[in-house]
Amino acid sequence: MSLPRRRRAKKEAYVSLLEIKNLTVKVDGREILKGLDLVMDRGEVHAIMGPNGSGKSTLAHVLSGKPGYEVTAGEVKFEGRDLLELAPDERAARGIFLAFQYPLEIPGVATMTFLRTAINAQRKARGEAELSTPEFMKRVREHAARLSIDQELLRRPVNVGFSGGEKKRNEILQMALLEPKLAVLDETDSGLDIDALKVVADGVNRLRSPQRAVLVITHYQRLLNHIVPDVVHVLANGRIVRTGGSELALELEAKGYAPYQDEAA
Amino acid sequence: MTAEITPIKTAAESGLAAAFAALRGRLPDGAVAARREAAFRRFEAQGLPHRRVEEWKYTDLRVLMRDAKPLAGAPDAGARARAKAAGGVFAMIGARRVVFVDGAFAPELSDLAALEPGLKISSLADALSRGDPPPLPPLRAGEGRETERLAAAGPAAGDVAYELNTAFMGDGAIVEVGAGAEIARPLHLVFFYGAQRSAAVFSRSLVIVGAGAGLTLLESHEGPDGVDYQVNTALDLVVGDGGRLNRIKVNAEGGEALHLATLSATIGAKANVSDFAFLTGGLVVRNQLFVRCAGAGTTLALGGASLLKGRQHGDTTLLVDHAAGGCEGRELFKSVLDGASRGVFQGKIIVRPGAQKTDSRMMTRALLLSEDAEADNKPELEIFADDVQCGHGATSGALDENLKFYLMARGIPEKEAEALLIQSFVGEAIEMVPHEGVRDVLMAATLRWLGGRP
Ligand SMILES: Nc1ncnc2c1ncn2[C@@H]1O[C@H](COP(=O)(O)OP(=O)(O)O)[C@@H](O)[C@H]1O
Ligand SMILES: [Mg+2]
Repeated sequence: MSLPRRRRAKKEAYVSLLEIKNLTVKVDGREILKGLDLVMDRGEVHAIMGPNGSGKSTLAHVLSGKPGYEVTAGEVKFEGRDLLELAPDERAARGIFLAFQYPLEIPGVATMTFLRTAINAQRKARGEAELSTPEFMKRVREHAARLSIDQELLRRPVNVGFSGGEKKRNEILQMALLEPKLAVLDETDSGLDIDALKVVADGVNRLRSPQRAVLVITHYQRLLNHIVPDVVHVLANGRIVRTGGSELALELEAKGYAPYQDEAA
Repeated sequence: MTAEITPIKTAAESGLAAAFAALRGRLPDGAVAARREAAFRRFEAQGLPHRRVEEWKYTDLRVLMRDAKPLAGAPDAGARARAKAAGGVFAMIGARRVVFVDGAFAPELSDLAALEPGLKISSLADALSRGDPPPLPPLRAGEGRETERLAAAGPAAGDVAYELNTAFMGDGAIVEVGAGAEIARPLHLVFFYGAQRSAAVFSRSLVIVGAGAGLTLLESHEGPDGVDYQVNTALDLVVGDGGRLNRIKVNAEGGEALHLATLSATIGAKANVSDFAFLTGGLVVRNQLFVRCAGAGTTLALGGASLLKGRQHGDTTLLVDHAAGGCEGRELFKSVLDGASRGVFQGKIIVRPGAQKTDSRMMTRALLLSEDAEADNKPELEIFADDVQCGHGATSGALDENLKFYLMARGIPEKEAEALLIQSFVGEAIEMVPHEGVRDVLMAATLRWLGGRP
């Protein structure tokens, strides 16, 4: 799997979509990420697997700019530019999307209002015109139908009274509408039954294109049967401890994370 | 020798005494003069309230009201001209406007043509100049004298701001909706302060909604920034059995204004009453609601949204007196506090002996947008009946940082994310207003306020 990287080295002008070097992050004074390296290119799907508490969500949060994380060393470049100096909304407008492990409920803000505000804010930041109401409605209806999201749900406040599966599908709906360059899915599979898992996986697969990349964070291998990754990484104790192809996911499923936890300790 | 302790009068108290002496000299003797005199004596006996007076503990008028302004004179042509645009906040409602400029009824700016059958509107000043005591009809047939007495000594009786209002009341609206009359078109009482100099206005209105009658009452108060004028406004409200009244008050007074407002409401049986106060204006504001549910089976909804910034002080003080059983009361008050503003909520629910099956819930929430802002909250329950459901709750806190991050992670800039969250916070209270057009007006006013945030 190191082949694409070697090819890149020859072409000096080539810039990866995402380049993380020696990322070291403290939360509440405790070091959670301890020198993490990761390079992703357009068109690729990477999976990060790891035991609970290994720092998967921390990585997702640092990429999307959540406050409360102290980067003590290392750098993150997105399309060759420093990502860490940008506010969360600027990162989103540049094309980074995080599907939350625990999507939040926003009482009083209708889902439709939320979706439209988000799309138009990103378009504005990129110097594009706002979507017309009919065009916006058309897109929402199409994507919602594909994700088996009831129209009635979209009239409710964001995630309020949604089931766990509905919240996860709502995340994928947002991803589909916002068309990010890099989608980070933080345990989007957790709590989904097999049908919902397929719906979510189809949604992600529809986004796959030579221009986009997807980082699938998961604890279990089963989502990767439906979203087949190009690269699988094992995150343990704040570092990528192993990288391989999709077969690595099967190996992890069979053997568990115990060997890596020992290795990193 | 008698030892008499005379408390030192504040400048405001001395000013009020001088103003009352001057007013008394100009008025004819009679029933109203005696009422004024008695009210002023009750004020004098207690003086301006201060922080050791429990009901005023967070709004110390001895400190906040530095002086008494002279009573406003008749409005000049400029004030009358500016008053044409007053109350524009409700423009899209198409309400019937009754306008008061510097406290005085302005018939030429008001729309009194083709009143609906059952609707009567007149001016308090006219009634006072004729020496008429304001009309007070029975809540139910055959109960004349008793209810007259009740309403005359409405639930606000004894309150300092209300007594001062009675002593100085100049003009206001007298609105009567006859039994069974459903007035479709909302009625808008427009109070506009147009003078360029500081003065005091005491307006007093009376609204009587007869048995089975219905009315939507809008009220707006506004005036110029940079003039430290004083408004003391009171509304006596009587709603008969089966009557419906929805009142929405917008306070957009000028930035230096002192605004004391009192609602003194007596409600009959099986009535449906709602009151909503939207506050963005004034420097020192106290909105007090005294509501007595005198008949059984009434539904009452009291709500408010206060959006404050700078050094604004907004006090909502509420007394709901369940004198009869089987009434449902819902109170929801929200405040958004920016800058060094202070939001005060005091709410007391009384359930009298025998007022069984009372269901009364009070909730207050403050959203603090700045470290210098302050929210004070004092709920009280006094329950003398055993088969009731009563409760209160209060929250106070900053914007939820996690929610803000969620919105920003979708590309929504920080200020816009905050605005969305504030809007949704305020929106929950505005939802209480039964009139859809008015809800839109209040949401739009909320957006304007948010647009003015630094
Ligand atoms: N806000 C926080 N405060 C303190 N510790 C935290 C916080 N968030 C995460 N952690 C700790 O950081 C470690 C990594 O957490 P996380 O990134 O959520 O792991 P994962 O997503 O892989 O399960 C855990 O030990 C967790 O307890
Ligand atoms: Mg996690």
